[in-house]
Amino acid sequence: MGDKIILEDKFQKRIDAGEKIEPKDWMPEKYRKTHIRQISQHAHSEIVGMLPEGNWITRAPSLRRKVGLLAKVQDEAGHGLYLYSAAETLGISRDQLFDQLHTGKAKYSSIFNYPTLSWADIGAIGWLVDGAAIINQVMLTRTSFGPYARAMVRICKEESFHQRQGYEIMLGLANGTPEQKEMAQDALNRFWWPSLMMFGPRDEDSPNTEQSVKWKIKRKTNDELRQQFIDITVPQAEYIGLTIPDPDLKWNEERGHYDFGEIDWDEFWTVVKGNGPCNKERLQARIDAWDEGSWVRDAAMSYAEKQANQIGKEKLAS
Amino acid sequence: MSVDRYILSLSDNSMILGHRLSELCGHGPTLETDIALTNISLDLFGQVRGFLSVLAARQGSDVTEDSLAFLRREREHFNCILTELPNTDFAHIIVRQYFFDVFHKMQLEVLQQSTDQDIAAIAVKSLKEAKYHERFSQSWMLRLGDGTEVSHAKMQVAVNTLYPYVHELFDLTEWEKELIESGVAADTETIKEEYYRLIHQTLAQANLSTDGLSNRYAKGKHGMHTENLGFILAEFQYMQRAYPQMEW
Repeated sequence: MGDKIILEDKFQKRIDAGEKIEPKDWMPEKYRKTHIRQISQHAHSEIVGMLPEGNWITRAPSLRRKVGLLAKVQDEAGHGLYLYSAAETLGISRDQLFDQLHTGKAKYSSIFNYPTLSWADIGAIGWLVDGAAIINQVMLTRTSFGPYARAMVRICKEESFHQRQGYEIMLGLANGTPEQKEMAQDALNRFWWPSLMMFGPRDEDSPNTEQSVKWKIKRKTNDELRQQFIDITVPQAEYIGLTIPDPDLKWNEERGHYDFGEIDWDEFWTVVKGNGPCNKERLQARIDAWDEGSWVRDAAMSYAEKQANQIGKEKLAS
Repeated sequence: MSVDRYILSLSDNSMILGHRLSELCGHGPTLETDIALTNISLDLFGQVRGFLSVLAARQGSDVTEDSLAFLRREREHFNCILTELPNTDFAHIIVRQYFFDVFHKMQLEVLQQSTDQDIAAIAVKSLKEAKYHERFSQSWMLRLGDGTEVSHAKMQVAVNTLYPYVHELFDLTEWEKELIESGVAADTETIKEEYYRLIHQTLAQANLSTDGLSNRYAKGKHGMHTENLGFILAEFQYMQRAYPQMEW
């Protein structure tokens, strides 16, 4: 018992000194579990996030936009890949992680449980959803677990490109025909509040924050990050002539921040608990891809084994 | 004009197959295959942009790469039937890809020497991509053909469905023949034997057979398509048709 306390104490001192924790280092079991949970949740969000955007690839309005969207969704698959690899360094397999997703044990970002109903939603997702994600992820580039922090550095670069691409789509629509502008405004109306919900519950309802701050997984609270996002995004909407759908939104000179209206927390919890507009469909799409692909994965394994046996036999014979 | 049609036929093979692959994004059997197939789709659309921007510049006035890509009717598409056949399962996706990739690579090799400088330049650039595509699809032909009993059976069904359309890749239309004379188009007769040798070699390695399969009617290069193409275009052209003449 005493040894464990000494180890935990040393561990915390390393984190406090700004050192990175690497996979083979000693770590408290709770630190390992928290990271598996958070990194896999992040990885799942990347691959589930491919679905709402993938929904518009075949209908993209121009070749340039189609290629841009294909590349973006492909980047997300790549992010999923290296986040799963980062999680695997903590002693869990990708198959186990997928199983947690498919059985509903692991969560992913609720934003992807909203439908993409028009082309402008692709712009709104890039601008708002990637914008909100970046705010979280920039913070995570300095998190204490080395593989996660390094994955974040790379992911952030690509995400900020996606965010600019999304904003540029919205800019084009907002400056386009009345139908295009209406499409852009409608997308903003639908994605604004769910984007604010991406930062999680209010601080007083967020039980994990204190421990996460200690381990440098979190350096700012949910409410601080949400405020930061709003302060950055409101002027961007004004610049392209779109209206944020919040009648209570107002610059507060004294605070130096925007005041904003109340988030619909009932909606937040409804979606988190699995009853949002697309929860069932998103999860089913992932389960179907996995189930329909099982014969492919089995064949690849069987072929690899045959090849290895063949090489083994040839070595014995020579 | 026949050069224009030739460029469209090259572009349409890439565009329609690229579209089929783009339908899969996010639904692949593994993340790695998902990334690879999306990558192939991206390469194919990159080639389409190359061809259609050249054609738009030649045709002038209001013609753009997008008007050429999105505003033609069914009968004005000249892709081979193979490229428009559906993503029935991963076996069909791989077999369709492999049959096309080998042809595509060999066709591009010849087109590098096209007397049309634009076609030659696109061929040089695209060849590197097509070589990678072929490596990918060939490796999966072997894995799935010689993997498990289940995968082998599925692959044989896919070969039975798709091989009967392969002959169309070598169908030479009248307008193509003229262009072969002038050195613009690739004379696919010169690569036909090697093509069949290569794919039969892979099929044999993968324990797959083409015994008893006969060629099916396939006139995609003449603008006669299967019922699949209409649905592809309904989706592909939706935005440009619903919101005409807008910038995106």
